[in-house]
Amino acid sequence: MFSKILIANRGEIACRIIKTARRMGIKTVAVYSDADRDALHVAMADEAVAIGPAPAAESYLVIDKIIAACKETGAEAVHPGYGFLSERAAFPEALAAAGIVFIGPNPAAIAAMGDKIESKKAAAAANVSTVPGYLGVIESPEHAVAIAGEIGFPVMIKASAGGGGKGMRIAYSADEVAEGFARAKSEAASSFGDDRVFVEKFITDPRHVEIQVLGDKHGHVIYLGERECSIQRRNQKVLEEAPSPLLDEETRRAMGEQAVALAKAVGYDSAGTVEFVAGQDRSFYFLEMNTRLQVEHPVTELVTGVDLVEEMIRVAAGEPLRLAQKDVKLDGWAVESRIYAEDPTRSFLPSTGRLVTYRPPAEGVSDGVTLRNDTGVYEGGEISIYYDPMIAKLVTHAPTRAAAIEAQATGLDAFAIEGIRHNIPFLSALMHHPRWREGQLSTGFIAEEFPDGFANAAPTGETALRIAVVATAIDHLLNTRKRRISGQMPTARPVTFSRQRIARVGEERFVLMVDGEADGTLALVAEDGRRITAASRWRPGEPVWHGAIDGVSVAMQVIAIANGVRLSHAGAIADVRVETPREAELAALMPVKELADSGKQLLCPMPGLVKLIAVTAGQEVRAGETLAIVEAMKMENVLKADRDGTVAQVLAKEGQSLAVDAVILEFA
Amino acid sequence: MKAQHARGKLTARERIDLLLDEGSFEEFDMFVEHRSTDFGMEKQKIPGDGVVTGWGTINGRKVFLFSKDFTVFGGSLSETHAAKIVKIQDMAVKMRCPIIGLFDAGGARIQEGVAALGGYGEVFKRNVVASGVIPQISVIMGPCAGGDVYSPAMTDFIFMVRDTSYMFVTGPEVVKTVTNETVTSEELGGAKVHTSRSSVADGAFDNDVEALLQIRRLMDFLPANNTEGAPHWPSLDEPDRVETSLDTLVPDNPNVPYDIKELILKVVDERDFFEVQQAFAGNIVVGFGRIEGRTVGIVANQPMVLAGVLDSDASRKAARFVRFCDAFEIPIVTFVDVPGFLPGTAQEYGGLIKHGAKLLYAYSEATVPLVTVITRKAFGGAYDVMASKHVGGDVNYAWPTAQIAVMGAKGAVEIIFRQDAGDADAIAVHTKGYEERFMSPFVAAERGYIDEVIKPHSTRRRVGRALAMLASKRAETPWRKHDNIPL
Repeated sequence: MFSKILIANRGEIACRIIKTARRMGIKTVAVYSDADRDALHVAMADEAVAIGPAPAAESYLVIDKIIAACKETGAEAVHPGYGFLSERAAFPEALAAAGIVFIGPNPAAIAAMGDKIESKKAAAAANVSTVPGYLGVIESPEHAVAIAGEIGFPVMIKASAGGGGKGMRIAYSADEVAEGFARAKSEAASSFGDDRVFVEKFITDPRHVEIQVLGDKHGHVIYLGERECSIQRRNQKVLEEAPSPLLDEETRRAMGEQAVALAKAVGYDSAGTVEFVAGQDRSFYFLEMNTRLQVEHPVTELVTGVDLVEEMIRVAAGEPLRLAQKDVKLDGWAVESRIYAEDPTRSFLPSTGRLVTYRPPAEGVSDGVTLRNDTGVYEGGEISIYYDPMIAKLVTHAPTRAAAIEAQATGLDAFAIEGIRHNIPFLSALMHHPRWREGQLSTGFIAEEFPDGFANAAPTGETALRIAVVATAIDHLLNTRKRRISGQMPTARPVTFSRQRIARVGEERFVLMVDGEADGTLALVAEDGRRITAASRWRPGEPVWHGAIDGVSVAMQVIAIANGVRLSHAGAIADVRVETPREAELAALMPVKELADSGKQLLCPMPGLVKLIAVTAGQEVRAGETLAIVEAMKMENVLKADRDGTVAQVLAKEGQSLAVDAVILEFA
Repeated sequence: MKAQHARGKLTARERIDLLLDEGSFEEFDMFVEHRSTDFGMEKQKIPGDGVVTGWGTINGRKVFLFSKDFTVFGGSLSETHAAKIVKIQDMAVKMRCPIIGLFDAGGARIQEGVAALGGYGEVFKRNVVASGVIPQISVIMGPCAGGDVYSPAMTDFIFMVRDTSYMFVTGPEVVKTVTNETVTSEELGGAKVHTSRSSVADGAFDNDVEALLQIRRLMDFLPANNTEGAPHWPSLDEPDRVETSLDTLVPDNPNVPYDIKELILKVVDERDFFEVQQAFAGNIVVGFGRIEGRTVGIVANQPMVLAGVLDSDASRKAARFVRFCDAFEIPIVTFVDVPGFLPGTAQEYGGLIKHGAKLLYAYSEATVPLVTVITRKAFGGAYDVMASKHVGGDVNYAWPTAQIAVMGAKGAVEIIFRQDAGDADAIAVHTKGYEERFMSPFVAAERGYIDEVIKPHSTRRRVGRALAMLASKRAETPWRKHDNIPL
């Protein structure tokens, strides 16, 4: 076994690998760029080596610097994590030349699976079910049309070297094939410098199901069940789970065995993932193989009890697999949410900055429910513009899917992040979505269920009542304390407060009578006579109210606002004011004020560089028209007009760096 | 009443209902009527004469108040109306209790002429007698013009309601006649103007309900008078709460700003901070918080705005706040990150010397406990000003990131090593040397100007301990009639 390994990565995955290595008694070396000097993975590792400037191309992606760091520290092996150098065949080759072990598959396996067309050929040769299609080079539009006719419509035209949806076209007719072929070819050329495209059958309402495989250097390969990752936004996975609600035992075995056959065919000798696209009828077709640890590996770990990182390290050290296929048992259900620094209410624009508050829910096992939070950040840390804006992966495991989802929903409610925008409200809304709860998934889920994007929802029904109860409990706590202020009049008549409270939750009003308090439990009576108890040890200033309402555990985010609290819970957010009947009566007389009209200006939504100003002063624009493009974190963000109007003046210039909310242009 | 509601405003009595504890209001002079006989006024007499006066409690602590009634003669001030206010002012001073005025009135009752003006004078005089003895709070909830503005102007805090209140000495009609300027009441004296430009008002709220409930919140921070001391209540927060995130608050790059309010919110009890003059001179932050349940005044340079520099506006704003705290025995916690005073003709012509001196003066004369924490820059004269040891700081802490120097290293080296100006390498060496020697808290600590260098994460505990130790502070100043602050 190795005595010291280097982790050629950053963020949560680096931290996660360090944890396993430490448990195994292996010393760890972190590498870090200038932007990551204070990062968590650096603090966690036994040693850390600086490898250059913030941009990944000058640090985390430079093979020579990683090898130099190994030499400097005496690390015997390198774990690449995911992303960065993890799937570049050149990396393990260079490591091998330097006498360093790569904790991952052999370079030949990486190379074999790296090309979409080559990997499909290999899959077909190993009798893996592949999407009907043509894997050869397609010469002309006519050729493409002929192939499409053989496969049957609809078909998809894809770039061989592609990924992430670029150079992809769906065609429902011969005409569309001809047009799509030309477009896909030119897009592939410009995006990947490789204009080869292929045609395959397009699966309607597809689901994404993948098999985790694990091999060693002695020719053993097993599969560790599947993961379903159908909840995706623009081909980026959002929620993952294991097992898949789609599969039955028979399909699982068939997929697993095919995945193992493919892995064996390419001599796979580490942890890897064989991705399939599945139809609602449980038909499945090979998509691609990822020759690395996946982001979503924790859900597999929780249902199998196998630490994949540990197994990767062991097989890399030459140990044979400790598990046979018959030892792999799937136990319970695991769900993972990817928590990102992005604003779901502003088209998921990335958000960067200081984590003023970062309080994840407590990890651990209780009552058969496991909560795990894989993260690479800490309170007071920074989400930088240079890397993937993932904050954490919240994973829950329980005996059933429903219980795992419930635990995930509660975990998200208890996850407090302030200082930057994050997608927890969106994840929360997904967790409460009936279609997700029923497991009726497809990769089109988000586009279908949120066609106009995501907006914070006002609470309704039981959620609104819970929010009202928590707000009233907070109000009661503060009122009780106010009665203990020094300097009160000496009087035989103590100050009394109205026991009747009216909680305004958005448009809804809840009349609640405070009926007494004992041992931190507040008893309330609702208008309809229903008795409700609220128990909590929450204290003012804490970002999360943990407690029980009628004995049921509840978590809610709390932000103090003028004369009230902003509470978010179960995917809903509300400004709540708890008032006496008199206050409520008078507050109802107050005029509703319009928010300040910011619609007259186009504000820069995030810090970034102006790439393009598409309009000039005096120009009339229509809703939906592109006004400007701002680049941030290598992402171009197209800013469009949200209504018709005339541009009065343009204040920003192309090439200019802008701060968030800087005025780009003004409308008349 | 309906007319008042239609304007988005509450009536004088409804406002009292919200401001005071339920059922605690005791009214005075409900039957007072005016005595004017000119212009047919003898035929229009309304009991109470346009102002409701009395006392009540806010969370059990007594306050006196008057609430102008716009529905009676437009709330205008008559001789008897003034007499009602004067009676309340005299009682408030005698009982050593705060007084709160709710304004919604049209100025002097013109029909009464000089009798009304006399009434104003009586009110003004008592504002001054009460100043520094009891807190005086003014809430502008409607028009407040002419003679009516000077009573609030002499109180400790003025708050306004957005869109429904305005304050000016002369209204838009007179402005038009005299200067030919066309201006609306809102542009001339609305809440936005007075909170962000003139600094006449200390804060603004969206409506009457929000304003009155926030005044209740403010009163929980304020002492009843200048001898009772700051109020306290049982804190629900840990006195020893550690905030590890503060260790990374100050960025590595000295040119990168950070939000000082994060520090304030993480140091005070329960993240509860009542900011005063938020919309004016954002380069300094002032307001009330609590440490271990007792009120403190917080003054902090804000690196997010103009790098936290001291200019005329910031100096005036902070000086007035420091003097309020000192007058009412509220300890002051100062967080320092100041690159100096703002250079330029605009500042110098505007009297930066005298305005800056106000803050220096205010800190120097303060006898309340002063705890100072230098987080980063404390450069030049501004270092002295910001509650340094030399002007009376009792406990002066610095974070390890503190840089206490006459100026930044680059500027200093350019002056000291002028002969090497052309030699980039030599300058770099000198700069490094200067940084190592002076750009740390340790030179100041060697001299005892800094009592201790503390870890940022322990700031709350250290400040709390210092304040607890300083609670018995007694500082004597020689007898004088009064001081002569550079006004």
